[in-house]
Amino acid sequence: MSRHLISAGDLSRDEAVLILDTSAELASAAGRPIRKLPTLRGLTVVNLFFEDSTRTRTSFEAAAKRLSADVINFSARGSSVAKGESLKDTALTLEAMGADAVVVRHGASGAAHRLAEWVTGSVINAGDGTHEHPTQALLDAFTIRQRLTVPGGASAAEPGQVLDQRGAGLDGVRVTIVGDVLHSRVARSNVLLLSTLGAEVTVVAPPTLMPYAVDTWPCKVSYDFDAELPKSDVVMMLRVQQERMSAAYFPSVREYRRRYGLDAGRMALLPGHAIVMHPGPMNRGVEIAAEVADSPRSTIVAQVSNGVIVRMAVLYLLLGGAAATA
Amino acid sequence: MCAMRPGTGHEQGAGSPGWKAVLTPEEIRRALSRIAHEILERTHGGEGVVLLGIPTRGVPLARRLAVRIGEFEGTTPPCGSLDVTMHRDDLRLRPARALQRTEVPPDGVDGKTVVLVDDVLFSGRTIRAALDALNDLGRPRAVQLAVLVDRGHRELPIRADYVGKNLPTSHREVVRVHLEETDGEDSVLLGERDL
Repeated sequence: MSRHLISAGDLSRDEAVLILDTSAELASAAGRPIRKLPTLRGLTVVNLFFEDSTRTRTSFEAAAKRLSADVINFSARGSSVAKGESLKDTALTLEAMGADAVVVRHGASGAAHRLAEWVTGSVINAGDGTHEHPTQALLDAFTIRQRLTVPGGASAAEPGQVLDQRGAGLDGVRVTIVGDVLHSRVARSNVLLLSTLGAEVTVVAPPTLMPYAVDTWPCKVSYDFDAELPKSDVVMMLRVQQERMSAAYFPSVREYRRRYGLDAGRMALLPGHAIVMHPGPMNRGVEIAAEVADSPRSTIVAQVSNGVIVRMAVLYLLLGGAAATA
Repeated sequence: MCAMRPGTGHEQGAGSPGWKAVLTPEEIRRALSRIAHEILERTHGGEGVVLLGIPTRGVPLARRLAVRIGEFEGTTPPCGSLDVTMHRDDLRLRPARALQRTEVPPDGVDGKTVVLVDDVLFSGRTIRAALDALNDLGRPRAVQLAVLVDRGHRELPIRADYVGKNLPTSHREVVRVHLEETDGEDSVLLGERDL
């Protein structure tokens, strides 16, 4: 693996499968009485968050701590960034403190890439603007592999059933990503990673929320949600990101919900084995109805617990080996 | 991860020149039968024994020992695998490696006599890592060690309780264990490094 994790598109299929396999082994350790592993003892992981986040930051923090790394949390609010310090100076300060890895979230696309040029440690992109969020894509891929054991989707795994999925990709799994694709770094990372793993990805959005040059992405594009539902093994709902919307992209929340929201009626159109995913935080009643979010098809809670495990795997693979000291 | 350890590379086939067979399939079978008898003797009939193989080749060896004990005594002891990668002391010396499977029998290891099983005992560092990994799983009543080949050159105060074959070697030599389950044939080969 390379030293950094900036983009899901940088991962080869073998690297992505290695992360998923490592995650699968770590998942079995998560059920044991002692969940802490000594692997990253003595290393320091800095969480550098310029944007608000609870789940991603705590997830990275839990992952680093379960591998015995020391964690320094750094959020822009109440820091010298509020006094006008640049990203570069902040990075150099953290560097001087001896950070072995920097987990960065920033409002500007490409921030993680720039940061990787300035620090000697590993940089893990935890979301940069509307660009990428690779660990979210990895945890989604892990959740899909865990839940849909037969590609193409005859049967979902029985609870508690242990299947050997080592080395498996997501070949032939049909994934439909629905919603605010334009502003979603989750969508972009997922399209790149899931297609690398062999899944057939379709993005569905109102024309105003479809990114420019989406036809160059390795996925199909559709504007008709209802037509895609019966052909989907996985439906991934995206959050309507009101904080990134400076203009009106759709006439009203009600109209959006009627055309692109997932409610119980739409869920009934899905094949029996299909699962519903959401990266969180949800806007219940906008892109996803409460009864869908709480249904057995929903993997939203599993995605959160898998997030810790997948981030452990990423930290281990980036920091655990010789490359960390080289 | 014994395959990654210096001195136990498994890249070449058995027929390659320069390699000397030190154990034949028949001898491996007898050595395992003897170890199975010794385990039964030392543990008074295999009461509370759990066999844990260290991946890769310790796992099939542990399974074979369990089957053998079952044939001799009528009850097959529980058998699993224990990955030690995350507990190794040489992780930083090499690129990060893939994890292997850890499978603990449903009854766990608390209060049991755990017999760790590996193919080659060399520096003893893998076993130290295994003892740490085992510590996270529970508190066994006793821990014992069974290896197919003990090639010497210990770097830690660790000793095997059951040894298939003591094989005096030099540091320049390489010991390879091939097993039916992982390599398609049973053999133990001795060769020189950098052939």
